[in-house]
Amino acid sequence: MSDDRIGVRKTYKLAIGGAFPRSESGRTYVVRAADGGFLANAARASRKDVRDAVVAARKAQVGWAAATAYNRGQVVYRIAEMLEDRRAQFVEAVEAGEGVDARAAGALVDAAVDRLVWYAGWADKVAQVAGSSNPVAGPYFNFSLPEPTGVVGIAAPQESSLLGLVSVVAPAIVTGNATVVVASELRPLPGVTLAEVLATSDLPGGVVNLLTGSLVEVGPVLAAHRDVDALDLCGVPAELVTELEQLAAGSVKRVLRPPAAALDWRERPTPHRMLAFVETKTVWHPVGV
Amino acid sequence: MNWEYAPAPESRAIVDLQPSYGLFIDGEFVDPGDGSAFKTVNPATEEVLAEVAAAGPADVDRAVEAARRAQHETWGPMSGAERAKYLFRVARILQERSRELAVLESLDNGKPIRESRDIDVPLSAAYFFYYAGWADKLEYAGFGPSPQPIGVAGQIIPWNFPLLMAAWKLAPALAAGNTSVLKPAETTPLTALVLAEIFQEAGLPPGVVNVVTGAGATGAALVAHPGVAKIAFTGSTDVGKGIQRELAGTGKRLTLELGGKGANIVFEDAPLDQAIEGIVNGIYFNQGHVCCAGSRLLVQESIAELVVEKLKARLQTLRLGDPLDKNTDIGAINSPVQLEKITELAAAGVAEGAERWTSPCALPEHGFWFPPTIFTDVSPSHRIAREEIFGPVLSVLTFRTPEEAVMKANNTPYGLSAGIWTEKGSRILWMAQQLRAGVVWANTFNRFDPTSPFGGYRESGFGREGGRHGLEAYLDV
Amino acid sequence: MLGSAWLALVSGASVAVHRRDVPPAGMVLPPAPVTRIGVMGMVTETQLEAKPRGTAPWAGSAGTLVVAGRDGAALADIAASEASLRRFLMGLPGVDQVGAEARTAMLATRSIKAASKLAALELVVRMIDLTTLEGADTPGKIRSLCAKARHPDLGDAGVPPVAAVCVYPDLVGTAKAALSGSPVAVAAVATAFPSGRAALDVKLADVRQAVSAGADEIDMVIDRGAFLSGRYQLVLDEVRAVKEACGGAHLKVILETGELVTYDNVKRASWLAMLGGADFIKTSTGKVAPAATLPVALVMLEAVRDFDTATGRQVGVKVAGGIRSAKDALRYLVVVRETAGEAWLAPDRFRFGASSLLNDVLMQRTKQLTGAYVRADDFSQD
Repeated sequence: MSDDRIGVRKTYKLAIGGAFPRSESGRTYVVRAADGGFLANAARASRKDVRDAVVAARKAQVGWAAATAYNRGQVVYRIAEMLEDRRAQFVEAVEAGEGVDARAAGALVDAAVDRLVWYAGWADKVAQVAGSSNPVAGPYFNFSLPEPTGVVGIAAPQESSLLGLVSVVAPAIVTGNATVVVASELRPLPGVTLAEVLATSDLPGGVVNLLTGSLVEVGPVLAAHRDVDALDLCGVPAELVTELEQLAAGSVKRVLRPPAAALDWRERPTPHRMLAFVETKTVWHPVGV
Repeated sequence: MNWEYAPAPESRAIVDLQPSYGLFIDGEFVDPGDGSAFKTVNPATEEVLAEVAAAGPADVDRAVEAARRAQHETWGPMSGAERAKYLFRVARILQERSRELAVLESLDNGKPIRESRDIDVPLSAAYFFYYAGWADKLEYAGFGPSPQPIGVAGQIIPWNFPLLMAAWKLAPALAAGNTSVLKPAETTPLTALVLAEIFQEAGLPPGVVNVVTGAGATGAALVAHPGVAKIAFTGSTDVGKGIQRELAGTGKRLTLELGGKGANIVFEDAPLDQAIEGIVNGIYFNQGHVCCAGSRLLVQESIAELVVEKLKARLQTLRLGDPLDKNTDIGAINSPVQLEKITELAAAGVAEGAERWTSPCALPEHGFWFPPTIFTDVSPSHRIAREEIFGPVLSVLTFRTPEEAVMKANNTPYGLSAGIWTEKGSRILWMAQQLRAGVVWANTFNRFDPTSPFGGYRESGFGREGGRHGLEAYLDV
Repeated sequence: MLGSAWLALVSGASVAVHRRDVPPAGMVLPPAPVTRIGVMGMVTETQLEAKPRGTAPWAGSAGTLVVAGRDGAALADIAASEASLRRFLMGLPGVDQVGAEARTAMLATRSIKAASKLAALELVVRMIDLTTLEGADTPGKIRSLCAKARHPDLGDAGVPPVAAVCVYPDLVGTAKAALSGSPVAVAAVATAFPSGRAALDVKLADVRQAVSAGADEIDMVIDRGAFLSGRYQLVLDEVRAVKEACGGAHLKVILETGELVTYDNVKRASWLAMLGGADFIKTSTGKVAPAATLPVALVMLEAVRDFDTATGRQVGVKVAGGIRSAKDALRYLVVVRETAGEAWLAPDRFRFGASSLLNDVLMQRTKQLTGAYVRADDFSQD
């Protein structure tokens, strides 16, 4: 292979409903490596792309939630398998995007795979941990179960382009939500590559929709969208949080605020992120003959 | 034989109404500093019951400061076991003063004594009993090994279940180690003030609960106060959205229990006579002033006519009148404002072409009243099928298949409650899965219990009250 | 569709239901509306009472399905075969136990005071079937019971006589003689009471003996074994046969709800008895616990109300067994009033089968009149 071969540059596209469209606006932006070198062009999503992504998510959510918990666990585990299989590709992407060395990038990819495995195992346990049988003072059988909230808009972490993204998307989808994810603005490529992996996994199209571009531009559209049920503001910069929370109030969205201090995504998670996007449904029935 | 029940009024003598009430701050009843006063009336007679202080911003500030101090110095550091004993004491005193509280609640709210006596007051005590027991067991609640309180909770409650909503809010907050500034609704402040007396009687440390009476301005001051770490609000969806907007970017925690437009779904194989009772209980309980009311009756078309006829016959046996009469089923509408709203929406129902039927019962001369009313020929687009009326008005719609019932039931921005009536078990479970509602009552309706989580989907709010889940709203998780 | 026969039956009368919405001209609505729930045929109480006892206007010729309603043909279809009968009974809407019990628990909180209490207590007296059903019953015991039945309170002529005395068939003659000239009827438990475990011939002979001895009313028991094993036609045929044997006597059909156990069964048995021609349906023999309960009465009252809607024929309800206090009795009246309606607040529509109840009612009545609490020994024990 000759050193002076002209490389084939890839333009990274959006992931909406299992397909990979360009932004309807036709816009792209340049993604640079941590060292400032050119990496690739990425699509710059518009408000209409947000709209399309929410439509795709809503369409996918009902079926995904209706899948058995066992099945959802298998699907998420399959994502881990595929990520592991393409480890080298992701290590390279993280290394370039985050400016860490190959060893550190490898650890981050491994952690992302492990994270998926951890959440995959939750699929058929979360109802047992978060649900309950309630001993009401009367002749009624009474139980409470967690159900997915619906469509969750997620601002992925800005720094941790793969592990952070996996750490916020996996807990949302494993319980049966569908998501519209805005990838890290400066480091979107591992996320888009992950979306490409998802497209060939068993995850139904539309469960994870990934937008790249400017959070300042698409964030408010997502926050105000009345068919979005919840928001994870994880990657939202402080100066944008108030506006998005205000917009979220218009349809009483559940909002998971950004962490007060920067998180080390390598730390072992808790069920907290899963439980932020479930609704507790309580059912009563008389007990009689 | 024509056999009428003679009047059977509960005695008012057990209630020692004072001409005026102050604010309850730091364990004492005090006059407002920068506030004013307002009158609370008996909605069944329009008689003025008492004058009540309206807390101004400085009063709210004093209350929050007292709550903050108590949280830091006494209630927060106190062992869970000790907190539990205080809450058990409160529960006991609630039981002991139950008659007084029931009469007072009916006087101030207009609800039938049968309901305040058999539901509101005993359930209030039950919530304190339930959460008292959690105070020293929080590490087993599933929110981590050492769950911590949030701090000062600002709790704003509505007028439909004044004492019960105070109990729903206070019991879990206090059990978890928070302190509270409670803002009762301006039309129904009295039982919260007696509850404050009960806290005094129980020896609860000063500042753990503070009661600031007043209207919307008082609530707004509480929401805006920087010393409040958490707001819990029960009330209308509009106000709830406003609070959520107000709290944006503050980091304050929030739970909302808002409006609803619950579907009560009756299939052709329902236990019919119990379904009729469930429909009645669903919408005429507490004059329909219930956020989780079954205000939309979805009845399978094959039995729709029969159900409506049976319902009309049943409604004619409902006894509307003096809330203190032990045989009254339907009491007074809580306020002229609410009566106006109900009247306006009912008129809209007629104007939009629905068929109105009103129970032919005589209304008392004084006070605020609205007779039990049914609308048939309601289309899903009518205002009475979409907007929360919060009164004794039922909108009847029909469906043909379970899928259609689910589609119509979920066709609302709300998601608080739903009812299912069928004897087919698998259909109940399927329906319960499909309905987007926080509480699903199958072959029953409007049941409440402290162990049972309650709260909404979508624009009916977020967070749960009751049960283990109810602790989450008051723990720093 | 299982429920269709039932639905067709009750819906067929819904035109009449509509009519109830508008009070007849000149009728003044009471302050709180207490109009009868559901459909009431235009048969009024006065019309019924104008007839001599035992020849109710609905009484049909023996052995045929007794219907006087608008849907006679539909009813005949139901009883056309074992299969159609089963389909009909299984198609009746179910009864949710918890819901039914919650309803009566709520009604039990109704507070009955002052004049309405006094009126109710006197009505209870008029509704009592004063009962003795013991192996040790003697003519002397029956005669003293009858004296009590005629004049429940010798100290107060204002107390009306009870509705009936209820005895075993062999004592009907004694009772009849002791009650001669009084309006008190004689009811006899027949059909191998209380178990009903005898051949049909024996049961019918039992009935005929009682009727020929002068019984005005016959309290039969259904064959619970047949009912519980699904032989509904057999139960129906027995009721019809007994109805025929009754001739002009009034037929009360005892369901023995304590052995049927579920409210669904109570409801089905109620319909079966009414289809067979029962003038009354009755809860219990008094020999099986539990006997009458408020929810059982509720379910039976709903059945008679719906039967009236379907057929225009009014069937009475008798609660028997375990009702000992005036307070309990008033609770039943509340359930009657708020379920079947005021038309059922009459001795020819509702009865209490009881013995000790009477004295408690008298005690409460005296207390209500005098304001002073009373002692048991002021009233004769029987």
